[in-house]
Amino acid sequence: MSNAPLTNETVHRVSFLDKASLHIPILRILQADGTTYENAVLPVIDKPLADKIFDTCVFTRVLDERMLGAQRQGRISFYMTCTGEEASIIGSTAALDKDDVILAQYREHASLRYRGFSTEQFMNQMFSNEKDLGKGRQMPIHYGSRELNYQTISSPLATQIPQATGVAYGMKLQGKRNVAICYFGEGAASEGDFHAGLNMAAVLKAPVIFFCRNNGYAISTPTEEQFAGNGIASRGVGYGMHTIRVDGNDMLAVLAATQQARAYALEHNAPVLIEAMTYRLGAHSSSDDPSGYRSKDEEAKWQQHDPVKRFKLWMINKGWTNEAEEATLFERYREEVLAAVKVAEKLPIPKLDEIIEDVLDKPTPALKKQLKELKEHINKYPKAYPKSAGRL
Amino acid sequence: MAQMNMLHAINEALSIAMKADERMVIFGEDVGHFGGVFRATSGLQEQYGRERCFNTPLTEQGIAGFANGLASYGMTAVAEIQFADYIFPAFDQIVNESAKFRYRSGNQFDVGGLTFRTPYGGGIAGGHYHSQSPEAYFTQTPGLKVVVPRNPEQAKGLLLAAIRDPNPVIFFEPKRLYRASVGEVPAGDYQIELGKAQVVKQGRDITVLAWGAQMEIVEKACERAEKEGISCEIIDLRTLAPWDVDTVAKSVTKTGRLLINHEAPLTGGFAGEIAATIQQECFLSLESPISRVCGLDTPYPLIHEKEYMPDELKTFEAIKASVAF
Repeated sequence: MSNAPLTNETVHRVSFLDKASLHIPILRILQADGTTYENAVLPVIDKPLADKIFDTCVFTRVLDERMLGAQRQGRISFYMTCTGEEASIIGSTAALDKDDVILAQYREHASLRYRGFSTEQFMNQMFSNEKDLGKGRQMPIHYGSRELNYQTISSPLATQIPQATGVAYGMKLQGKRNVAICYFGEGAASEGDFHAGLNMAAVLKAPVIFFCRNNGYAISTPTEEQFAGNGIASRGVGYGMHTIRVDGNDMLAVLAATQQARAYALEHNAPVLIEAMTYRLGAHSSSDDPSGYRSKDEEAKWQQHDPVKRFKLWMINKGWTNEAEEATLFERYREEVLAAVKVAEKLPIPKLDEIIEDVLDKPTPALKKQLKELKEHINKYPKAYPKSAGRL
Repeated sequence: MAQMNMLHAINEALSIAMKADERMVIFGEDVGHFGGVFRATSGLQEQYGRERCFNTPLTEQGIAGFANGLASYGMTAVAEIQFADYIFPAFDQIVNESAKFRYRSGNQFDVGGLTFRTPYGGGIAGGHYHSQSPEAYFTQTPGLKVVVPRNPEQAKGLLLAAIRDPNPVIFFEPKRLYRASVGEVPAGDYQIELGKAQVVKQGRDITVLAWGAQMEIVEKACERAEKEGISCEIIDLRTLAPWDVDTVAKSVTKTGRLLINHEAPLTGGFAGEIAATIQQECFLSLESPISRVCGLDTPYPLIHEKEYMPDELKTFEAIKASVAF
């Protein structure tokens, strides 16, 4: 490459490139009525896979509806929904092997459910109780599961991107036939870690799928205030990476793109970038109100492109589900979630001793001393620390 | 035993660790075929292959993020940050990610196999950006270990221990000593336990504490003091996080005086933490205020490097002042 300037084709009058120089179509397989385009090449999918995807969609809708409600009632401190982005999240996860590692941003709890995270496990995390796998140390929705190869969420955006490159490089060195998948939003793609992670993956040849959920907004900032280029996909080409832009509300398109991305990544030990064009139908989080930065008309327009409905219509067309079955499923999950909330919110918080565990592999003498002093203090003022006093 | 400089000792430690651990990978800017700008990784790519010792693109945050991912997948990741002055783009990955990986996941995931090696410190006419000692930025972050060796023998044993420690470690290498410090180094594989300070010289009147390149400075200052009849006990802290309170407190209880020397600026430096803890532990034994001989609260100056440094004479004067208090 160092000789590239000597061998590159040359021209002899000034001619600039611009963002339109790169033609990036959107892959779409499903039409709004649930039929597929005539010349569409479908992903590999059978009824059990479609059922599992649909089941995950319904569960996620119920979880989001109920837990946002629980947040509004003050039962949990914080919540984030993935409403509107289910096809992007579930369609991509459904293309993976269970040993492929997921490095998510935070809005991908549907992936975790797809892998088998139980309703109780969701609740234990959100209520920070003694059964939370994360020992009550992080805000609601910061899930993680070693068993399900879903790395624990951290709030800083885009840090997971170069990490995914590292995980994938480790897979390559260990001779695994696996990939890492890394989820992030179009806002996070403005962080330096995005550039670092994608460039390193391309240069070091790491089998990782970078999955961008371009959902229109970073909290309140719309995409036109986030970047001026041809979306996120154009950057993938710049890094020398296989890249595709898909309709992120089209379950079959996302599934097909991710299935092929995975096969490519494994065959070539190389990264792939998928830009899924979607829309965050809900607020960024329970802490914001979208009416301050976008119109009801815009939201209503996107409601017409509901990804779960489009996939459901396809399944109905196939004779794989019907409205009655869907209604039963919704009802079953509403009861299940409600029952799980009632159990989880009554469980005690983790014991205070756990506060000093896992800082390092073993607590240091200094930390043990701090805990001892803290306990003595709590014993002196037990009423001020009601959740820990009496369980020391 | 063989005579060698610190770079050679570090190179030997890396090679021994790589040979013993198939999952160990070394990476960073220019560390591949070239062997690093200081040549610490010389010959390792030839010996262990391009997949295990390689150049990365020029991105410290990328190196740290990649290292976190690699270590989270069970690999032993040894990342070089070319100068400690350039570690700051990686600060988020180190402070928010490496340090919290285990805690935030409830011990489901960790990056214990991760070690950052980075040359630090002044004395090489490196100006603002090739001279800093940023250790205190990291000692304030729970979840990290911070280690600084003083000579070749220590560098080899501490680096082998750091690489094998089940926690993320930042290993600051005193670049002033890379070639200047030459000494006997044991052959083969050995480790020096992290978290343990070392009393390098016994004394009665004052405890003088330092680490890394400042150790030879305080040793010279103490020789001067000895000639004036002051008996100095010299301690190398070696590991700053977690640091060995017991060894320091025991020494100060005996001598009644403490002087701490570091290159980093005085305010907010790690000496402040040591002073606060030792006055708590040894209050009734103290004969004089705890003394700090440190860098000035300025950016590291090029032409006034000699004046800036907490050197032998400043340390000597502070020893006398402490004893005469």
